[in-house]
Amino acid sequence: MTFVAPLNLILLGSMDWSPVRISIETSVTATLITLAVGLAAAAWRERRSGPAAALVDGVFLLPLVLPPTVVGFLLLLLFGRNGPLGKLLLQFGATVVFSWPATVIAAAVVSFPLMYLTARAALEQVDSRFLEAARTLGASEWRVFREIALPLAWPGVLAGTILSFARALGEFGATLMLAGNIPGRTATIPVAIYFAVESDDMTRAFAWCAIDVIISLALLAGLYHWTRAQGRARWMRR
Amino acid sequence: MPLRVQIAKQLPNFALDVSFTAGDAPLGILGPSGAGKTMLLRCIAGLEQPNLGRIDLNGRVLLDTAARIRVPARERRVGLLFQHYALFPNRTVAENIAFGLHNLPVEERSRRLAALIERTHARGLEARYPRELSGGEQQRVALARALSIEPEALLLDEPLSALDTHLRSQVEAELQETFAAYRRPTLVVTHNIEEAYRLGEQLLVLARGRVAAFGSKEEIFNHPPSLEVARLTGCKNFSRARPVSDHVVEALDWGCNLRVAHTLARPAAHVGIRAHHIDFTEPSSASASADNVENVFPCWLVRSSETPFRITLYLRLHKPPAESGEYQLQAEVFKEKWERFRKLPQPWHVRLAPDSLFLLPE
Repeated sequence: MTFVAPLNLILLGSMDWSPVRISIETSVTATLITLAVGLAAAAWRERRSGPAAALVDGVFLLPLVLPPTVVGFLLLLLFGRNGPLGKLLLQFGATVVFSWPATVIAAAVVSFPLMYLTARAALEQVDSRFLEAARTLGASEWRVFREIALPLAWPGVLAGTILSFARALGEFGATLMLAGNIPGRTATIPVAIYFAVESDDMTRAFAWCAIDVIISLALLAGLYHWTRAQGRARWMRR
Repeated sequence: MPLRVQIAKQLPNFALDVSFTAGDAPLGILGPSGAGKTMLLRCIAGLEQPNLGRIDLNGRVLLDTAARIRVPARERRVGLLFQHYALFPNRTVAENIAFGLHNLPVEERSRRLAALIERTHARGLEARYPRELSGGEQQRVALARALSIEPEALLLDEPLSALDTHLRSQVEAELQETFAAYRRPTLVVTHNIEEAYRLGEQLLVLARGRVAAFGSKEEIFNHPPSLEVARLTGCKNFSRARPVSDHVVEALDWGCNLRVAHTLARPAAHVGIRAHHIDFTEPSSASASADNVENVFPCWLVRSSETPFRITLYLRLHKPPAESGEYQLQAEVFKEKWERFRKLPQPWHVRLAPDSLFLLPE
């Protein structure tokens, strides 16, 4: 196989571009959810210790160590017609399985541990004297977090966001289990590649791989410049 | 008294168990490293929880473990100046100082900010970030920030220790100026004896979590209540003592009888004298029969140690030292005086003036 066939397909051929849109929409939405939930969980965990907190840690990190298919299967049990959340949602006339929100849920759950771990490490790195100084100056705990802890932990939180986004973009196993492969609705780039290979359309698979590499490199380049710009902030310049 | 503190807290190596009251004047808290000084300030500010106790400030209860009252730090209105200032690195000087003015209307806020900057000589620094400030400037900004909440008490943790030596006297003068204007309970923690004396009007000596002495600084320095306090306040010379008569004690380690000006209710166990109180008498006044003159004794130099303006002399009394290192007294004199008598033949004569000697109970 030459490079010409996939290139022809991309430039002239009949590519259905929907997996690109779905992948990006899914990753962005999942990352935003992960950022909010991961930060809240990290901030909550930072104030606690003991066996209960350690157990919570274990649950939070499970998606990182389990195979994505297991995560997908568990989510399927949870959101399926007979699952507790599935039943609840059905009462409002909503089904999650095999819909676009399912891709978001799968990507968010799988990328959550990365966000949680990095955000927690970043918050723990913040010198507690800054937080204490803020408290003696009359600041509420929310203000201490929002105006002192979070800005100081921001470079680390940003790193977690990047990792989560990358993980969400590459998510395959859990997505396939929970969202399936519905072209134009739940088929992300990784899923499209899998089904292209399965139907022996190597040219299309190659084309998708090339597109995925380009998107990933562009993303990394953008983030590199963004983080460098952040690092040039006047207050942290060395 | 505006600030009343009575707290106990178990720490890894010892228990902090402190009670004192502070008026509207600076109180110096002196103690060696690890005596619990910082912990004491943190308990008052509400950053640490004592196991037991009560703190009240101007009639407001900040802590009462018996009544289960623990006012959180943000509601205590206690200003705390951290040892390394803890300025928010991501905020400018103006933003740091204004952090505590958050709830005020905009006009009031900028008026108060300007007044604080003026008061702490921080003008011209407003737009800078903490890492762009010198140590002395950081100290001023941290002080302005601590004062921004109009605290009812001000706590300073080693306010000068992070500064270069040449900056200290300048910043110390600024602190004294601030204290003079503030006139509310002010606690200054330090391990530096001279700083504690200069900055505090009253003095509290803390040793391993306990109050070893508390009162007027002159009284504590002139009449330390115990051997420990005498040591912590910088006294270098001690001898075991045995009372002989009303105003005479036998100094066992110095091998002589000493007349003393002050006596104790309890029997004295030690007698002490500060290094700079040891007086060298000229040979003319110390006659050949020196022992007849009150508290004057012949002495020989064992070794000496110089600082730029003073010299510390390690002395042996009564007879020449057999081997070096065996000194009994440590005297400190200005170099000008030392230059006058260093060439004279030994023995020299020291006088341990009766009103410079203090007795210490067991």
